[in-house]
Amino acid sequence: MGIQIGIFSVGDVTADPTTGRTPSEHQRIKDTVAIAKKAEEVGLDVFATGEHHNPPFIASNPTATLAYIGAQTSTLLLSTATTLITTTDPVLIAEDYAKIQHLTDGRVDLMLGRGNTGPVYPWFGKDIRQGINLAIENYALLRRLWREDVVDWEGRFRTPLQGYTSTPRPLDGVAPFVWHGSIRSPEIAEQAAYYGDGYFHNHIFWPASHAAQMVRLYRDRFAHYGHGTPEQAIVGLGGQIFMRRNSQDAINEFRPYFDNAPVYGHGPSLEDFSAQTPLTVGSPQQVLERTLSFRDYAGDYQRQLFLVDHAGLPLKTVLEQLDLLGEILPAMRAGFAEGRPADVPDAPTHASQLAALTSNSQVSNDNKESKEVTI
Amino acid sequence: MGFDKLNHRKVVVVSAGLSVPSSTRLLADKLGAATERAIAARGEEVEVRHVELRPLAHALADHLLTGFPTGDLAGALDAVRHADGVIVVTPVFSASYSGLFKTFFDVLEPGALDGKPVAIAATAGTARHSLVLDHALRPLFAYLHAVVAPTGVFAASEDFGESSDGESSLDKRVDRAASELAALVSGTAGATQVPARRTVDSEFAAPTPFEQLLREAGGNTAR
Repeated sequence: MGIQIGIFSVGDVTADPTTGRTPSEHQRIKDTVAIAKKAEEVGLDVFATGEHHNPPFIASNPTATLAYIGAQTSTLLLSTATTLITTTDPVLIAEDYAKIQHLTDGRVDLMLGRGNTGPVYPWFGKDIRQGINLAIENYALLRRLWREDVVDWEGRFRTPLQGYTSTPRPLDGVAPFVWHGSIRSPEIAEQAAYYGDGYFHNHIFWPASHAAQMVRLYRDRFAHYGHGTPEQAIVGLGGQIFMRRNSQDAINEFRPYFDNAPVYGHGPSLEDFSAQTPLTVGSPQQVLERTLSFRDYAGDYQRQLFLVDHAGLPLKTVLEQLDLLGEILPAMRAGFAEGRPADVPDAPTHASQLAALTSNSQVSNDNKESKEVTI
Repeated sequence: MGFDKLNHRKVVVVSAGLSVPSSTRLLADKLGAATERAIAARGEEVEVRHVELRPLAHALADHLLTGFPTGDLAGALDAVRHADGVIVVTPVFSASYSGLFKTFFDVLEPGALDGKPVAIAATAGTARHSLVLDHALRPLFAYLHAVVAPTGVFAASEDFGESSDGESSLDKRVDRAASELAALVSGTAGATQVPARRTVDSEFAAPTPFEQLLREAGGNTAR
């Protein structure tokens, strides 16, 4: 299938700066579902939700959101951006995502991150100074809970487990695929590379050079740990876009949202920020060209997620953005396929991981048989 | 960076004057020139680069909001990071360094000044502010783990009109601070001799192997 293309949402409740209207939490939660369903309708592959536990966000409890969306979609791959591996008990993550695997017939993977909200650590009884260490220990446990039926475990950050079995077991014995998201922590790229997992750079709000540096490190270390060539590493990138058929209309309409946006608002101009970061505001053709140019510094990659619903943009506008994205989707897929070497893999899915597992056990069975013959 | 000659010293002068002409820049020029002479007198090559903060004011405000430096600001931060010695000069605003001056050091990556020789200097309209060197600048650079030269240079407006032959004239004080900085820059107490903290850049250059990270997560911090 080539590259996976989708959207990711942080779930912010922000006043529309052009009308002053702030959606209710209820409205924003329902809008998020409508946006995800629309994503499938226009042909996108992935919807990923963020995780926040404080106002002005509605992105707590991502697993309920994903399961609810999963029940109303049929092809959409459900993911996270990101799941807080630092403050969420890995025992809970193992259960929750295995359950969604079963409910959605394997249409789920997840992206682990440390989040960007310091105060969230004490809310869940954790120490922010241990951020990296929590990410490392918790994930090491999560992997075992999905891969071993009975786990004895002892670590630093939670009570020991003795003879513990996480339920339900992952669908078909295949753990959900895991991405690791980090903007500027080389340790996390190292972690993704070590396990041969995916690495995702959010690639919005920051200069492309940051993403390029992290992706380069991840690819080199992926090869160092023997998972394949650097070009075969599993890379995902974010992106931020706003489109109208006429590029000047896009700029005029988006500017008040940009100028008042929670993250970068009241800072650089829309024009400067567009030059400094991957933000692209313009015609669908401009978005298409800029997006395809990400390969120049990230190499051929596996997943592209766009941020389209934030900064107070009304639902109607977001849905229009998805229609426009749907229109350029075939050209975007064709562009990404162009010149893509055959040995660059697709992002693992449940089906591909299951196929790999089956063919591996086939091979080992074959080996067993041939041994028996020799004997 | 590249392969610098061992005794080719890079000195960066950071000055936060706002007017043109500015007495802060004037003092920065004096300190830069005196340091250049003092290092050259030790038989070493020296290159002095000036970083004026006024043209970087917008980029500094943007950096506070976006978290990353752009254009000339990125170059200026890089120059300071890779300098062998730094001279910092601020005008006194409300009995302290100016906000613009502080912002530059707020956005400098932690660890960038670890063990780095720094000479501090300030200007003001009146000599009654002279203690700003010791109650504001010296603590700031101590916090940043810089090695601060013993002599700081404070110049009130009237100092620029003084004759240069007096024992405590501005030029004498500038020369003393410059020779102290030169000794720190070319001496063994230079930045490379001091174990610096690991920065993001050092992690990119030589990533900590994951087995090590796993051990550290488990509480074993021995490297």
